[in-house]
Amino acid sequence: MEETLHIPALDSANLAQVVAQALTRISSEMRPDVLAALQVALEKESQPRARQVLGMLIENAELAAAKRLPLCQDTGSVWVLLELGRSVNSGRPLAAPSDLFSQVDSTIRWVWREHRLRASLLEDALLDRTNSRDNTPAFTEISLKPEMLGARLTVMLKGGGSDNASMLAMLTPGEGWLAIHQLVINHVLSKAANACPPLVIGVGVGTTFDKVAGLAKQAMLRPIGAANPDARLAQMEQTLMAEINSSGIGPGGLGGETTALAVSIKTAPCHIASLPVAICLGCVATRAVSFQLTGEWM
Amino acid sequence: MTVSVIQLALPTSKQILTTLEVGQELRLSGDIYTMRDAGHIRCLDLLEQAGQLPFNLAGQALFYAGPTPALASQPFGAIGPTTAARMDVAAVRLYRAGIQATLGKGRRSAAVEQACRECLSVYLVTVGGAAALLARHVVSSELVAWPDLGSEALYRLKLQDFPAWVAIDTTGRQL
Repeated sequence: MEETLHIPALDSANLAQVVAQALTRISSEMRPDVLAALQVALEKESQPRARQVLGMLIENAELAAAKRLPLCQDTGSVWVLLELGRSVNSGRPLAAPSDLFSQVDSTIRWVWREHRLRASLLEDALLDRTNSRDNTPAFTEISLKPEMLGARLTVMLKGGGSDNASMLAMLTPGEGWLAIHQLVINHVLSKAANACPPLVIGVGVGTTFDKVAGLAKQAMLRPIGAANPDARLAQMEQTLMAEINSSGIGPGGLGGETTALAVSIKTAPCHIASLPVAICLGCVATRAVSFQLTGEWM
Repeated sequence: MTVSVIQLALPTSKQILTTLEVGQELRLSGDIYTMRDAGHIRCLDLLEQAGQLPFNLAGQALFYAGPTPALASQPFGAIGPTTAARMDVAAVRLYRAGIQATLGKGRRSAAVEQACRECLSVYLVTVGGAAALLARHVVSSELVAWPDLGSEALYRLKLQDFPAWVAIDTTGRQL
């Protein structure tokens, strides 16, 4: 879901404003491609209960957007990704504002108060499970992309239930495609009902142990219906989709033909010994937006 | 196949619960208490200390949920089920101590199926990702305990025609 947005300067104040706009929107508006895919699924579904659940999900999306209500009570952890390419004018790398992280956190404090979103973050996972009360910190990343011109900002809200249902495995390279296929099927079928189906599934293959999960998350950003540019991956995605949707898990885990709305695979280089695979399950309320940023500063 | 929706008033009786069958569609009205991860830890501590459920929870139903704050003159802007499997570790003890029904999402362990059979209790599910819509079926809420837990505090809700399905019935069958 990429849009073009003009900002006067590539500084933290302007970027924070884009983050605020994005959070305000995605917390109550379903990704347009997800909503469209739900409507297509409703036309195809033959089981009455599945049709009823899909109807509820669509009605919820319309109600949340119209009344500015949260799409889901789990308003998520915030993931912000700033990708910096080269300047169009000079060809030199664009620089990141040094206080971006703190500015993003300030923005989150304001947005959560203003829109009455749920504070879902704890001070420390193990040592201090006290609610931070304002949904900070965000998980903000800056990534340098020398092959890209300009800058791109992505904001995602990730629910805990679907994140819990995600996984990572270091497979044996010789097992290849078959092992990945089995891993995805076994994992999705065992966890789908917990992750609020119909799901948007991102699969990352490659990089290293710490990076492959990020790859899977980025795979989820590909708009539903946009084909994978690699025909082999597109074929695998279709095979996985068909198998997942024949499982009968269905919308809300209550049975039906629509368990996944999309499977997107993203691959990358890796070590000769490795085949890292990550599966990121996105719930029906997968909330994300990307902006291609433009302006004189480019 | 007859598709009928059953109106279930909460709290209810074991007699009524035993008439429910897995897969049946319900409309819940009446009282239910929100409790999720942090609340379960406290509830089990209190149960252990006192030998009985705190806050008169015996005979009541639990909703595994952490709502968003009040919005637009509603008790909550959005409320929906969280993953029930995370509460499996506590569920057997809570059913045995008198919890009649739990409401969440997703599948549960064999131990929870067994507890439902043993205690003549049920596990119900509702739709995740429909929280703005579900909030319309919560007519009021009252804080009972643990305000420091924020959205994980213990609230007593009044439901009105809240949509749910029987996911484990009193014979221990799971959807």
